[in-house]
Amino acid sequence: MTAVLPISAEPAALPQEEARPGRWRRLPAKAKAGAVLLGVFVLAGIIGPLVTPYDPSYQNPLPSLSLHAPYGAHLLGTTQSGQDVLSQLLVGIRLTLELAFIVGVVATALSVIVGVTSAFLGGVWDEVLSLISNVFLVIPALPLLIVLLGYLQSRGQTATILVLSFLNWPWGARLVRAQTLAIRNRDFVSAAGETGEKTWRIIAYEIVPNEVSLIAASFVNTVLYAIGASVALAFIGVTNLNNWSLGTILYWAQSQQALQLGAWWWFVPPGLAVALIGTGLVLVNTGIDELGNPRLRDAASASRIAGRWLRPADPTPVLADIAPRRGRLAGFLHSFSRGSLLDETGAETGGGQAR
Amino acid sequence: MSFILRRLVFYLVAAWVALTVNFFIPRAMPGNAVQSIMGRFHNLQPAAYQALEAMLGVGHPGSIWHQYGSYLVDVSHLNFGTDVSQYPAAVSTLLGETIPWTLILVGSATVIAFLLGTVLGIVAGWRHGGALDRVLPGLMFLQAIPYFFFALILIELLASKFHVFPLGQGYDEGLIPGWHWDFISSAVYHSLLPALTIVLTSVAGWMLQMRNVMITTIGEDYVIAAQAKGLPNRRVVFTYAARNALLPQLQGFGLALGFVVSGALVMEIVFSYPGIGLLLLNAVTSNDYPLMQAIFLVITFAVLLANLVVDMIIVFADPRARAREATS
Repeated sequence: MTAVLPISAEPAALPQEEARPGRWRRLPAKAKAGAVLLGVFVLAGIIGPLVTPYDPSYQNPLPSLSLHAPYGAHLLGTTQSGQDVLSQLLVGIRLTLELAFIVGVVATALSVIVGVTSAFLGGVWDEVLSLISNVFLVIPALPLLIVLLGYLQSRGQTATILVLSFLNWPWGARLVRAQTLAIRNRDFVSAAGETGEKTWRIIAYEIVPNEVSLIAASFVNTVLYAIGASVALAFIGVTNLNNWSLGTILYWAQSQQALQLGAWWWFVPPGLAVALIGTGLVLVNTGIDELGNPRLRDAASASRIAGRWLRPADPTPVLADIAPRRGRLAGFLHSFSRGSLLDETGAETGGGQAR
Repeated sequence: MSFILRRLVFYLVAAWVALTVNFFIPRAMPGNAVQSIMGRFHNLQPAAYQALEAMLGVGHPGSIWHQYGSYLVDVSHLNFGTDVSQYPAAVSTLLGETIPWTLILVGSATVIAFLLGTVLGIVAGWRHGGALDRVLPGLMFLQAIPYFFFALILIELLASKFHVFPLGQGYDEGLIPGWHWDFISSAVYHSLLPALTIVLTSVAGWMLQMRNVMITTIGEDYVIAAQAKGLPNRRVVFTYAARNALLPQLQGFGLALGFVVSGALVMEIVFSYPGIGLLLLNAVTSNDYPLMQAIFLVITFAVLLANLVVDMIIVFADPRARAREATS
């Protein structure tokens, strides 16, 4: 069975990159933006539950505090039963990130173990393991998740983590296997074998370090999927609804008709949090891709010279055939966007071209 | 063995795994349909337990292999048992009513999103670093929003506030489903907003993937050679670069299908769209195990079938696959 290597499968690029100082500055702008975005939420998840202004489950009996819009004492307003939305959000971010992180670690570990084993054993075992991962890859996960969790009486955090990790390793395993097969026959691996290294040492010190970028991408993808799936599951009620996660906040908001009652402060923040965490993860993943694949990075570091996008590898432009095409308004907008966070053509990447 | 035949065998194996998993889940997990009914009606006598078991066919008489055999026979006759919450409706009847809705809405919206995303990806890859690349982070944000959340926001804005689209449901109340203009136009009108949601949230993924493969392909020597001999850009982009970049994209389409469909199912719930996703929610909330399991099987088979179709397209589009087909 052949597997398609991902675009980021070039293994040699990452270690060289890390050897030089000033790593952060040379990171692709997308990765930086993603890391900052994620950092904010991880921080909120770590310190958030310690500084919540109220107990997220405390129902304030005051009728005036039912569905109150945001104000000083309740920065994100209150729910129908007078609970503080900000407190729920802070606790919810912690629980959702925790779940996604554990699922990411477990599923990625499983996929590395299965992928490497499969590539090293070869023969029948390889075929069997590949078949299993390919089968679980085509079977849609969410309906299976719903059936599995539907039967479980305790649909709590642990059950969800177990089921999600169990269903999420095949994609990574497939990539790791393909990558391992590609690296296995390289000279440095054979050399290690000739010097009498044990197989597990070769795997741990020669193979896996060269798959770091692939494994990292697979981890980020799994975390992304785990967040989406757990929020969707909670939203349809297949979870422990007494826990505060981003999904259960959305579930309660929806079942008590927050939007229809105009209580946007109850409904929008958790959804926005999910979307922003997701964006952060996608950005980080794109950054990893760009680190591993110089062509994508070139594309990101294209610069606009007299109205044309040029990559470092392009031939030097002949100035005569370039007429400035930008009008006044466009020029103004352009100068404005230069300073923005997501603009990759700023000074730093300009410096990056000199590499 | 030819390529298609090999894939067919693989999907049969996958279908068998799904069937088997589906068979063992209720036997390995605590809780069953009878317990859920007993839980709902507290005044039932304990003696009713066995009667219910016999009625719903959830008691497990005979050896496990015997059960497995009769289960496979039942499924091959599309007999998924009797529904618990809408007793005595057959599960297959409920499925028959809802599948066409989902198939038309989710199917067409997914294909539209894929085609649109691929074309946008071709353009973004060709003009990389250009205008379309600038909006990528915005598109990633759209993609990261949970389907159902985006759907709810769209309903609030476009249906509640501005009344451009209907609030939900598959068609206007009071219409009788059938092949007449009133009903069809109403159904199409009601499907626009759900379709828009699916397209907007999934287009970015296809686009990003196609863009990345395009960029890698454009660096290939044969593309540079095509440019060097002075072919028009359009020809270089579509006949040389895009055609080759399309193959990984198609393979990705098959694999991502299950994911997209799952997301669309949750979105149906938000729109109260009379499809299989809403049925699944009802099954979950009423602990309707036979229905849940049947839905899982149906969705799985649909995804497997779609994957087979994608494989056929790949054989059609990829001369290498055709060559393998001819020689092996």
